[in-house]
Amino acid sequence: MFYREAGDFSTTYREDSQTFPIKFDRYRYYAVLVFAFAVVPFIINDYWLNAIFLPFLIYSIAAIGLNILTGYCGQVSLGTGGFMAVGAYAVYKLMTAFPDINIIVHVILAGGVTALVGVIFGLPSLRIKGFYLAVATLAAQFFLVWLFNRVPWFYNYSASGQITSPEREFLGVTLTGATSEPWAVYLLCLVFATVSALIARNLTRGAMGRRWMAIRDMDIAAEIIGVNPLSAKLSAFAISSFFVGVSGALFFSVYLGAVEVGEVFGINKSFLVLFMIIIGGLGSIFGSFAGAAFLVLLPVLLKNVLVGGFGWPTDLAAHLEFMIVGGLIVVFLIAEPHGIAQLWRVAKEKLRLWPFPH
Amino acid sequence: MPDQLIYAMEVFLNGLMAGVLYALVALGFVLIYKASGIFNYAQGVMALFAAMTLVGVMEGQIPFAHLINAILGTEIHHFGWHLPALLGILLTMIVMVILAWLVQRIIFKHLVGQEPIILFMATIGLAYFMEGLGDMMWGANIKKLDVGLPQGINLWIDETTYNIFDYGFFIDNLDIVASIIAAILVGVLVMFAQYTKEGRAMRAVADDHQAALSVGVSLNFIWIMVWSVAGFVALVAGIMWGTKSGVQFSLSLIALKALPVLMLGGFTSIPGAIVGGLIIGVGEKLFEFLVGPLIGGATENWFAYVLALLLLVFRPQGLFGEKIIERV
Amino acid sequence: MNTDEGYITDDGRKIGGVVMEMKNITLRFGGVTAIQDITFDIREGEIRAIIGPNGAGKSSMLNVVSGFYVPQEGEVFFRGEKRPPLKPFEVARQGIARTFQNIALFEGMSVLDNVMTGRLTQMKSGFISQALWRGKAEREEIENREICERVIDFLEIQSIRKTPVSRLPYGLKKRVELARALASEPKLLLLDEPMAGMNVEEKEDMSRFILDVNDEFGTTIALIEHDMGVVMDLSDRVVVMDYGKKIGDGTPSDIRNNQAVIDAYLGVSHD
Repeated sequence: MFYREAGDFSTTYREDSQTFPIKFDRYRYYAVLVFAFAVVPFIINDYWLNAIFLPFLIYSIAAIGLNILTGYCGQVSLGTGGFMAVGAYAVYKLMTAFPDINIIVHVILAGGVTALVGVIFGLPSLRIKGFYLAVATLAAQFFLVWLFNRVPWFYNYSASGQITSPEREFLGVTLTGATSEPWAVYLLCLVFATVSALIARNLTRGAMGRRWMAIRDMDIAAEIIGVNPLSAKLSAFAISSFFVGVSGALFFSVYLGAVEVGEVFGINKSFLVLFMIIIGGLGSIFGSFAGAAFLVLLPVLLKNVLVGGFGWPTDLAAHLEFMIVGGLIVVFLIAEPHGIAQLWRVAKEKLRLWPFPH
Repeated sequence: MPDQLIYAMEVFLNGLMAGVLYALVALGFVLIYKASGIFNYAQGVMALFAAMTLVGVMEGQIPFAHLINAILGTEIHHFGWHLPALLGILLTMIVMVILAWLVQRIIFKHLVGQEPIILFMATIGLAYFMEGLGDMMWGANIKKLDVGLPQGINLWIDETTYNIFDYGFFIDNLDIVASIIAAILVGVLVMFAQYTKEGRAMRAVADDHQAALSVGVSLNFIWIMVWSVAGFVALVAGIMWGTKSGVQFSLSLIALKALPVLMLGGFTSIPGAIVGGLIIGVGEKLFEFLVGPLIGGATENWFAYVLALLLLVFRPQGLFGEKIIERV
Repeated sequence: MNTDEGYITDDGRKIGGVVMEMKNITLRFGGVTAIQDITFDIREGEIRAIIGPNGAGKSSMLNVVSGFYVPQEGEVFFRGEKRPPLKPFEVARQGIARTFQNIALFEGMSVLDNVMTGRLTQMKSGFISQALWRGKAEREEIENREICERVIDFLEIQSIRKTPVSRLPYGLKKRVELARALASEPKLLLLDEPMAGMNVEEKEDMSRFILDVNDEFGTTIALIEHDMGVVMDLSDRVVVMDYGKKIGDGTPSDIRNNQAVIDAYLGVSHD
């Protein structure tokens, strides 16, 4: 009754191509933004920050990146973990080499470095397709992890092989390390996540997005109607890797603080982000957030209910989590390949008609 | 003969044997891919699950003991028996066939006609599921597997090579046995695919589901058969590797290693899987031996993938795969 | 009469000089010769039909024109200049658009998005501008949308413009594919069996659209077609292929009476 599109129409193409054409959706979107920016910083604490909000926001950025490459452009990548590592190590080297420069600048530069690496590893995509390409990205994954493990320059010759985030602040507020302020770290990541989403949305609804989707749907036809496959695929790799690199940089510098590359950025990380976009919805910016939220909240939920509530040992809860995640992947692929985003869309459509059935 | 060359020969032989095992695992992939177009990422986890089940069955473990104890507050762990290896293998094989049937009915029946990448991602989901299931059934600790295979350094080779080269090659008995078994299995599978009625039906299904149906081939039967055979291959691979380094999570990573083998050999070629396995096995070990010390070692983590990647760039269909012709 | 400057047809359409010329084209796939030493030309503003029994090599010829196949021998001349071997997307940028025998629409996108992909060769705004969706990118997007909407109006598919193409019936899919090709405002339009699988009414609609395109925009059209009635009614000139060779080239009435053509279609035994 309150959620209707009657009387809500566009009279210009500009109006028609906006992100939320229906007024109700738009207002709901603004409300979420207001809540996120103006309310949460005042009520957030360390636990909520580190258990939920930070991983959600940071993984969302990675999911957006992978969604651009795999969901929009159809190039499957199993190298996300490795590329996040590139972002993390790039920001580490930049922070330690130029301590006076703002961390925000460093994170963006780290994204740029990762974009370049992404282009290099993306070159084979011109000859290799489908899951041959997926396996080729494994080469990137394993090689990069090995590189950051074995070449001491990357971890500044430290004895442990670990990298730790030096203390940094912005406008007088500490952002990294043990003394960081939760609300400040939260806002930093929220800004990155929001800006990433905006940029991704603009790119995917324009000419760039259409080139990517054309390559995904039928690359031969795309080439015949005038899409340059080289520049389309490489641009997807570049932009995707930029977001993944930013995510990795934030993951290391403000979330974990210390990283050992094999544990944190191994192939399981690649699968995790892939699962996020499958469950959330391939080819959907909202889906990237939904999938990230789902896979961040699930273990927290399971732990609280099973271990806290029923007294299960933690490893048992972990095994069940594997089973649930694996099972859900299969269920989503069978029943709803477009993920939570599609379920959400269908729910909204039904809601717009409610209480009428059709 | 110069020392380096002798060491290289030893490395080469070890590489060959590792290669045979890779080929065996890769073969499991090829069979499923040939018959159903599915690239079964879960093959490695299947090997792990098979090995865990074997140990569990032989030692009389109660499945899901950990879970039952958590829910009911009990402290049960074992039935109290010990089964001989052969019986254990038989029982495990039955479990794997049931698993094949379940996987086919619950998952892949619903995904007929989907694109390969969707099927691949479904097998990744399956792999995670089975890993959790295996851990929950049998516990995630490292287990020792002993089915009576000989282990330890082969003394005959050690002495003989010492007499010839003044340097005794260290070749493990287990590796020799594993290679022989794997080679026999590969031979049997090749003959099965080429010469039997079922093998021919399998190849028909791999080519064209509809056409195979129209000549009376039961798709479900073929698929269950293929997954069962793949399950058996997984069991053998699981036994080999499990005996060597214990039954633990890293067993499932073998599946990942089979991927570059397949990329080299082409996904649909049985001889390709064999040749690819040998090339990767030898190549890995030799590269680590020759170049590894210069760049920090542990190159086996990535060498196979980079090699396969480079090959694919120049020959996208692999060494033996069919040339991909695109039509509009 | 045919001169290099062109001529006026009986119903007052202006046909120009030669715009595309295929000279001695030979195309082989391994041991199979798909096209053997074929020469023909296409004049500006005309409707040129390519006909022949199945397997004659017609689609392959169209693929040579659009740059997807590179002939082993022979040369292609576009607007009087020899065309070097180009990638397909470079050929598209020269103003050659096409439809496909088995529909090649982008199934993950809506009708409007598919038609907009036809404009991709014309959309030049840079990455930064697109990321910000302000200024040049937004203006360009709206300008191109207007052009696409005109094509959508022209082909009468307004009501389905937001529908995902995967849901459309075959006949409408073919029309969307035509819209996509027209959206690029091509100088040369290649149609590969545009009437395939259509009933009489659909064929009439499609024929009307093809004629309108040629009439209103002066687009040169080359089409492969099996329906003889359509070919005779629509085309100005026809080239006939059989087993990779050219066996006829002229106006529809010439072809109708050509013995070699009749033999090829009726299947006379070759001694």
